[in-house]
Amino acid sequence: MLKLEARPQPSQAMSLASPILALAITVVIGVILFALLGKDPVRGLQMFFVEPIKSGYAWTEIAVKATPLVLIGLGLSICYRSNVWNIGAEGQFVIGAIFASGVAMQAGPDTGRWIVVAILIAGVLGGMFWAGIVAWLRDRFNANEILVSLMLVYVAVMVLSYLVYGPWKDPKGYNFPQTITFAAATKIPRLFDGFRLNIGVLIALVTVALAWMFMFRTYQGFQLQVGGLAPAAARYAGFSSRRALWLSLLISGGLAGLAGGLEAAGPLGQLTPYVPVGYGFAAIIVAYVGRLHPVGVVFSAILMSMFYIGGELAQSRLGLPKSLTGVFQGLLLFTLLACDTLIHYRIRWRHAPRPLAPPAASSVQAAATPKGA
Amino acid sequence: MESFALLVAATLNAGTVLAIAGLGLLINERAGIVNLGAEGMMLVAAIAGFATAVHTGNDWLAFAAGMAAGAVLAAAFGALVIWLNTNQYASGLALSLFGAGFSAFVGIKYTQEKLGDRPRFEIPFLADIPFVGPAFFKHHPIVYLTVLGAIGLGWFLYRSRGGLVLRAVGESPESAHALGYPVRRIRLLAVVVGGALCGLAGAYISVIYTPLWVEGMISGKGWIALALTTFATWRPARVLLGAYLFGGVTMLQFHLQGEGVQIPSQWLSMLPYLATIVVLVLISRNATWIRVNMPASLGKPFFPGS
Repeated sequence: MLKLEARPQPSQAMSLASPILALAITVVIGVILFALLGKDPVRGLQMFFVEPIKSGYAWTEIAVKATPLVLIGLGLSICYRSNVWNIGAEGQFVIGAIFASGVAMQAGPDTGRWIVVAILIAGVLGGMFWAGIVAWLRDRFNANEILVSLMLVYVAVMVLSYLVYGPWKDPKGYNFPQTITFAAATKIPRLFDGFRLNIGVLIALVTVALAWMFMFRTYQGFQLQVGGLAPAAARYAGFSSRRALWLSLLISGGLAGLAGGLEAAGPLGQLTPYVPVGYGFAAIIVAYVGRLHPVGVVFSAILMSMFYIGGELAQSRLGLPKSLTGVFQGLLLFTLLACDTLIHYRIRWRHAPRPLAPPAASSVQAAATPKGA
Repeated sequence: MESFALLVAATLNAGTVLAIAGLGLLINERAGIVNLGAEGMMLVAAIAGFATAVHTGNDWLAFAAGMAAGAVLAAAFGALVIWLNTNQYASGLALSLFGAGFSAFVGIKYTQEKLGDRPRFEIPFLADIPFVGPAFFKHHPIVYLTVLGAIGLGWFLYRSRGGLVLRAVGESPESAHALGYPVRRIRLLAVVVGGALCGLAGAYISVIYTPLWVEGMISGKGWIALALTTFATWRPARVLLGAYLFGGVTMLQFHLQGEGVQIPSQWLSMLPYLATIVVLVLISRNATWIRVNMPASLGKPFFPGS
C-alpha cells in the first residue's frame, strides 16, 4: 500500500520542484486531451510552449499579458500569506479600469502627459475602494470575505455594463457598447516603437521589488505573515488582525486596480464590456504556482501568459476552442495542490501495518499510520 | 393577479435550483468540508446534462448525467482535501476555475443547440384552481421532490443514526474517529453526495430552467448557494426558505423589467448579488450566533492519529 508519511521538516526542494512536477502532469494530460480531440499533440504543445516564445515580438506579447497577472498576483500573494481570502480581484480590476477611464475621458487634445499619472492613481483608488468594501464588511460585520469579494465581481461587471451601454456610451460609436477612444495623451507610454509593450511592465517589475521588501524586510510584512501562519501567536504578540485584514485587502485591491488602469489606458484605449478577461481569476493560480513569492509570481505569470497566447494560437491555427486556456490553468492549480502534499509528506510503500512504534518516535509514526480512514 | 401567480411560480422554480445545490453543500459542510467548487461543478453538470438531453432526448437521463459529473468532480476534490490534506479553499477554487474552463471547452459545440419542446406538468384538478393552480401546481416534479428532499434531510440529520454520525464527523472528527467511525470515508461520501446534488442543480438549470447552454451560464448561483448555507445556519428547512427568498429576488428583476420600471436593467441584474451580500452581513453580524451554529470543524483538515 502507498502511504503518506509526515516529513519531520517541510521539504524546501519539493516546494520548488512541486510547480515543475505539476506543470509536467498538466502537459501529460494536455497531450492525452489533444490526442482525444484528434489533433497532433506535438503541434498542440508547440502552440503553448514554443510559438509564444519564438521571437522577440512574441516575448513582448507575453509581457503585455503577464503585466496585469504579475501585479494582481503580487497583491493576492500578500493577501493569501495573511490568510485573507480575496478572490474578487477580477472585480477590483474592473473598477480600477472604470475609475482610470473616468479620468482618461476628461483628457482633450491639449492635455499634458501628466494625465497618465492621474489615470493610474485613479485606477489604484478604484481597486482599493472595491476591496475596501470587502474589508469593511468583514471587519465591521464579520461577513465572509470569500463570498463578498466574489459577489462584488458580478456587481462590478454590471456597473461596467451599465456605463458602456448607458451614460458613457460613445455618441458617435454607431450604438456600440463602448466609450469614446481616449485622447492620445492618455496612452500609457510604450517602450519601443511597433510593440504593444508599455511602461506597465517596468511598473510591474518595480512592484515585484517593493513587494519583496514589504514581505521579507519590513516589520509590517512580518506581522501579516505571522497572522496568516499562526493567528494565535500573532494575537499573543499583539499584532492586530484587523490591521492585517485592511492592509492586505487594500494592497491587493490597489494593485488589481492599477492593473485595470494600465489595461484601460494601455492596450484597450477605451472601455468595452470585454474588459474583464479573467486576469483576476488567473492571478489566483499565478499566486499559488509562484509559491506566494514575488519572484515566483513573475515566472508563473509568464507561464500563465503563455497559456493565454497558446489558447489563442490553438484557436486560430488548430481550430480548437480558446477555452482550452481555462482548462489548462485550472488543471495546473489542481495538480499543483496535489503535488504540494509532497512538501509535507513523503510517499512510502508499506506492506502491512507496523507494530506499535516506540514512544520516542510516536508522533511521527502515528501520523504515518492512518488506519481505518 | 395572473401575473402575480406567475411570479410566485417563477420564484419557486428559481429557488429550487438554489435549494438543491444549497442542500448538497449543507451535507458537505455538516461533515466539515467546504467546497468552493460548487460553481465549477454546476457548470460542468449543466453541459453534461444539456448534452445528454440533446443526444437522448430524455431529461431524466440528463439529470443523471449531471449528477454523475458533479459526483466525479467532487470525488476528485474530496480525494485531494481529505487524503492529501490540501487547503480546502484553494482546492475548491481550483475546481471552480477548472469547471469554468472545461465546461466552456466541451460546450462550444452545443451553444447553437436547442432542446425539443419542454414537457409541461400539472397536477390534475389542483392545477385548475384559480391563482393557486398556476402558482403552485404546474411545476416540474423536481420542484416538489426538492421540498421532500429538504424535509427528508432534516429528518436524516436530526432523527437518524446516520445523521448523528455525519454531524459528529463535522463537529469533532477526533471523537468520531475514536469511536471507530471511518471519518475520511464518511467525509468523502458527504462530498460526493453534495457534488451530485450540485450536479443535479446544474443540469436542472440547463435542461429545464433556461433551457439552453451558454458559457458561464450558472452566473454565480453556485456561490449564492454557498452563501445560503451560512444564511441558513446549516439547517435544511432554512436553506429551502432562503433559496425561495433568493429565487424571489432573481425573479423580481425580470418582473420589474416586464412591468416597464424605469431602472437600467444592469442595476436590476445586480440585485441577487447585492442581496447575497446584504444577507451575509445581516446574518454574520452576530459572530456568536454563527459560531454556535457552524459545524465546529468546518474547513479544518483531519488526519487520523495526528
